[in-house]
Amino acid sequence: MMGLPAATQGLFPVPQLEYQNLAPVLIVLVAALLGVLVEAFLPRTARFRAQLVVTFGGLLIALAALFFAGNTDGVIAEGAIAWDGPARFLQGLILVLSFVAFLLFTDRKIDPGRDAFAPRVSAVPGSAEEQSLTEKLVQQTEVYPLALFSVSGMLLFPAANDLLMMFVALEVLSLPLYLLAGMARRRRLLSQEAALKYFLLGAYSSAFFLFGSAMIYGYANSLRFSEIAAATSSQSASEGLLLVGIGLISVGLLFKIGAAPFHEWTPDVYQGAPTVITAFMAATTKVAAFGALVRIFYVAFGPVREQWLPLISVISALTMLVGVIFALTQREMKRMLAYSSIAHAGFLLTGVVALSQKGVGAILFYLVAYGFATIGAFGIVTLVRDGAGEASDLSAWAGLGKRSPGVAALFSLFLLSMAGIPLTAGFPAKFAVFSAASASGASWLVIVGVIASAIAGFFYVRVIVLMFFTDPQDDTTTVAIPSLATAVSLAVCAGVTIVLGVLPQIGLEVADRASLFIR
Amino acid sequence: MNPMNYIYLSAALFSIGAFGVLFRRNAIVVFMCVELMLNAANLAFVTFARINGTLDGQVVAFFVMVVAAAEVVIGLAIIMSIFATRRSASIDEANLLRS
Repeated sequence: MMGLPAATQGLFPVPQLEYQNLAPVLIVLVAALLGVLVEAFLPRTARFRAQLVVTFGGLLIALAALFFAGNTDGVIAEGAIAWDGPARFLQGLILVLSFVAFLLFTDRKIDPGRDAFAPRVSAVPGSAEEQSLTEKLVQQTEVYPLALFSVSGMLLFPAANDLLMMFVALEVLSLPLYLLAGMARRRRLLSQEAALKYFLLGAYSSAFFLFGSAMIYGYANSLRFSEIAAATSSQSASEGLLLVGIGLISVGLLFKIGAAPFHEWTPDVYQGAPTVITAFMAATTKVAAFGALVRIFYVAFGPVREQWLPLISVISALTMLVGVIFALTQREMKRMLAYSSIAHAGFLLTGVVALSQKGVGAILFYLVAYGFATIGAFGIVTLVRDGAGEASDLSAWAGLGKRSPGVAALFSLFLLSMAGIPLTAGFPAKFAVFSAASASGASWLVIVGVIASAIAGFFYVRVIVLMFFTDPQDDTTTVAIPSLATAVSLAVCAGVTIVLGVLPQIGLEVADRASLFIR
Repeated sequence: MNPMNYIYLSAALFSIGAFGVLFRRNAIVVFMCVELMLNAANLAFVTFARINGTLDGQVVAFFVMVVAAAEVVIGLAIIMSIFATRRSASIDEANLLRS
């Protein structure tokens, strides 16, 4: 405290920060800032390579830091961040999933010489400026620092132990994603529209979250989860504030995970955003948001479970049914996958309803299975193309199995995993959340879940039948040869899906050991 | 004056903002309504800090201001790029994404 008058020393105690445990978040943040400096000071030709080094180097160092950060549970950073099993598990998962998704960003072989992002996002679509940029093969590399900023927010989100930290992490996670959604090279009007919708609805929902936090603060006189839980068991006055607070906070978080009836943005944004960005955010945002949702409901609102459990159960059932029924009616591949991800949010919510340690472990395992299958599936979508870019209409996928059996088989693997077929990671995942829910007495929800899974199986298998047993309608569809990075990314996704399907006990054990929240 | 009145005021402001988002058609106005909701939350935080006698609520208000400023930067950039393309900031005309 040098430089401060002696009198203020007692008033402002120096906060104690556990840098060792905060290192993964800080490293990703530093990498993002380095990325901004690269954009500012390096010549355009050198930026791409430099960004790759900074981005992937940063993620690897962050993973190493997480590995060496130690696993003694505790509350760190003056109580703002929890350092426990779920936080560590989800931080590791988010880092790995981001790494795999970022590999897709780097592909410049599918669309020869270009990547998936607009050369200059501010250029008006179809203008002379844009044309000249495209002819000169100008590439922007701003996506990498933006995506890293988003990752740093995602790392904080499931570890946040008070409402303020959670709100800030939510915004740090979301703001770069709004921009990334609007950066597609092709179909730019759709992409800009997706960014606008995502931004307006995202900001709307985080305002609900914030006002809910204010109500909870008024009720508990604290933002810390443990103290909110203590307040709920000790006082009964102004119960209204607590209920309004829980309701508004739920709206904010359920929006982020894409649960019905707050799912409307999901198909639009997943369709409009560049497919590689969709792969990234569909997987990692859901992981981070579920971590935060489970923590706040288990730790802060656990003692008043009878107030919110019925509502979340109904939302879980509704989300599963809305997801699978709307997915049935889609003619567009990315929209179908978006509704399938909504259905997965419903399946994951059954694990939340279980409200047991077993349920948390099941959710963690499910997120691994879901994350890799999702990145893999959207990665395949980037490969199948026609003259105008990605061939997203389902009819273009007819007969794909005859033309390129490898790609079709890989896509089938990811779809089967999402459908929850044995020998893929989706089966033990679904089994784990359902058995946790039924052990906690939510049998009706499990029945709804099984029915939803059956309907879901139908539309996943329909795509597989379309690929392997239908004759191609036209010859405009081609399958691009991916770059090495994309191939590695798809191989990792397929590998995890198969290994966790054949030997689920490895993953289930790790997830189970990591399933205890610190209170 | 009873400080709870400020909570009622903040609830009213929040509701005006929430309904404004649902019923207004101009993206800029919708965005202003979201900002109104954030500031309503700020008022609630500061009032509860006064009622409860803790400083946490006042600290939150500062964080929210910073976050709101960051949100303005991002939001106006997105709305500007849409406006440059379509010469319109109406959210009804942004309707290409349909099932």
